[in-house]
Amino acid sequence: MGNTMKNRSPYLIIGNSAAAMGGVAGIRGRDADGLITIVNREQRGAYYRPLISYLLGGKVDEGKMPYRPSAMGESNLRLLQGVEARRIDVGGRIVETADGQSLGFENLLVATGGRPIVPKDLPGREAEGVFTFTTWDDAEKVRDFIEENEVKEAVVVGGGLIGLKCVEALTALRIKTTIAELAERILSTAFDETASQLALNSLKKGGAEVRCSTTASRILTKEGKVAGVALTDGTEVSCSLVVFTIGVAPEKSIVEGTAIRTDRGILVDSSMRTSVEGIYAAGDVAQAEDLLSGEKRCIAILPLAYRQGFIAGSNMAGGEAKYEGGLVMNAVDVCDLPTISVGMTSPQGEGYEVLSVLDEKAPVYKKIVLKDDRIVGAIFVGQIDRAGIITGLIKKRISVSGFKSLLLTDAFGLLSLPAEYRKHLVSGMGTEV
Amino acid sequence: MKRVIIKEEFCIGCRLCEINCLVQHSKSKKIIKVFRNERDSLVSGVQVEQSGYVSFAIQCRHCEDAPCMEACMTGAMHWDAETGAVLCEQDRCVGCWMCIMVCPVGAINTGPNRAVASKCDLCYGAEMPACVANCPNEALIYGEYDEE
Repeated sequence: MGNTMKNRSPYLIIGNSAAAMGGVAGIRGRDADGLITIVNREQRGAYYRPLISYLLGGKVDEGKMPYRPSAMGESNLRLLQGVEARRIDVGGRIVETADGQSLGFENLLVATGGRPIVPKDLPGREAEGVFTFTTWDDAEKVRDFIEENEVKEAVVVGGGLIGLKCVEALTALRIKTTIAELAERILSTAFDETASQLALNSLKKGGAEVRCSTTASRILTKEGKVAGVALTDGTEVSCSLVVFTIGVAPEKSIVEGTAIRTDRGILVDSSMRTSVEGIYAAGDVAQAEDLLSGEKRCIAILPLAYRQGFIAGSNMAGGEAKYEGGLVMNAVDVCDLPTISVGMTSPQGEGYEVLSVLDEKAPVYKKIVLKDDRIVGAIFVGQIDRAGIITGLIKKRISVSGFKSLLLTDAFGLLSLPAEYRKHLVSGMGTEV
Repeated sequence: MKRVIIKEEFCIGCRLCEINCLVQHSKSKKIIKVFRNERDSLVSGVQVEQSGYVSFAIQCRHCEDAPCMEACMTGAMHWDAETGAVLCEQDRCVGCWMCIMVCPVGAINTGPNRAVASKCDLCYGAEMPACVANCPNEALIYGEYDEE
C-alpha cells in the first residue's frame, strides 16, 4: 500500500489512442510537468486505429503508424505498454492491472475505446481465417494470414465505414472481396440512399462485390480453416478469409461493478466527468451529450475522441473546460471517391427541408438538411472542398435563411455567410469552433 | 506568431494572390511555365471569393486551436515547431479528408489529384508569403493579430 501511495500518479490514463492523446494535450496545457501514467493493453505505442486499413492495403508502412512521435516525447510521461488494466478501486483510487500492479491515481481518464462486435453463436467462427478489424495487431494478423495462405478471395461482413475501408485495402491487395451488409444498403447510418448508391458504384468499380440485405449465417470450414461463408439469403460465397466489421461496442467492462454509472457507454457530464469525482471518460467508450438532440449518445469518431480527451485532460488538471456536444460526422474515401457526411442525413418526421444537387455521371452529390432554417445535416460526395464551412454552420447553429439558395452552388463560400460570423471566423486568434 | 491578415475592404479581386501562390509552389517558379505546363498539378492555397463588389482572399488561418490537427489520424497535420504554422506533411497524409470536414473556413482542399490534403504553408521558409508579397492593394498583410 505504501508503494501504491508513493506511485500515486496525479494523472492516470487507461488507453493510448485519440482520446488519450487529447487527454495528454489537455493536461499539458495546464500542467507542464505533472506525472502522466498511461496504461495500454496493446504492445504498441500510440497510434490511431483508423490507420490500420491503410497499413493493410500498403498505403502506410509500419514506420508511419505511430502517432506524431513528437507528441509522445512529453516529459514525465510513463507508458505501461502491454499492460491490461483490470479493475478500478473507486474508493481507494487504485487501478489494478492484470500483471498484479496497483496504480494509484488522483485523476483517472478511462479511454478504453471500443471492442469489435462478433455474432456470438455463429457456427464456424473459431475457424482459422476469421478476424475482426480494429487494432494494429488485427491488421498484422490479417496480413500475415493472407501471405501465409495466399488468400485470393475474402468476405467482409458489415458494410459500414470500417468494412468499406477493409474492402478497399483487400482489393488493393488484389483479393477478390465480397462485402455482406445486413441493411438494404451500405453505409446506411451515415448516408442516404443516393449517397449509398454512389459509394456502392465506386466500390464495384474498385473491384468489390456487394451483397446487401444479408449477412453471414455460418462460416464454412475445411480442416479447421475457412472455406466460405453461408449467407442468410441462402447463397454461399467461397473464400479463405472472413473479416467481421459489423460494429464496435464501448469497452466499458473495467467500470462494471463500480459506482461509475453506465448506459450503453460510460455516462459523462459536459466536463467529461463520470458519476465519480476525479474519474473521467472520453472517446469511443464515453456516452456524452449529442449536440443536435441534447441526449447522451456514444459517437465513436476520431475528432470527438480527441476533443473529449482534451476537455477531460484540462479538467483533470484543474480547468473548467466544457464539451460543446458531439456531432456525428464521417469523412471517408471510397475507392477514390471522396465523401463527407455530417449530422442528420436522412431525416425522419416532419419539419425538415432538404436541398440537393446530383450529377450521377461525375459523380457529384450534395445534400443539405435544414430544420427551422438551421442546417442539421449534410452529405458531400465527389466534391467535398469547403464542406467544413457547413459543419461549422451546424455546430454554431447559424440561421441560413438569408443565404439558403447559395448553399449548394459553386459560388458558396465564406462570402455567403453573415458578415459577423465570417469576421469571427477569419480574424482573431484561433477559431473557437 | 505572424499570420496573414485579411483586409476585405481593400481587396480588388485581382486574384494575383492565387496566381502567385501557384507560382511559389511550382517546380519552375516561372509564371508562364506554370501557366503552360504545371497548371493541372497545382491547387492554390489561397482562394479569392467574390460577389459583386465585395471580395477577399482566404487561406488557412493557422489556428491555435486547429480542428484539422485534432481530426488527423496520421499526424500529417502538425504544428511547425519553429514558425507555429499548421502544416500538412503530405508524405504522411492518406487522404481521409477529416481535416476538410472540420475546417470551419474551408481552407483545405483535396489537392490536384484528390490524393492528399493540400493547404497554405505560409510559403514555408519565406520571409513573407507570396500572396501577401504580391497583393497590390495591401488587402493581405503579414503580421501579428491585435489583441482584441
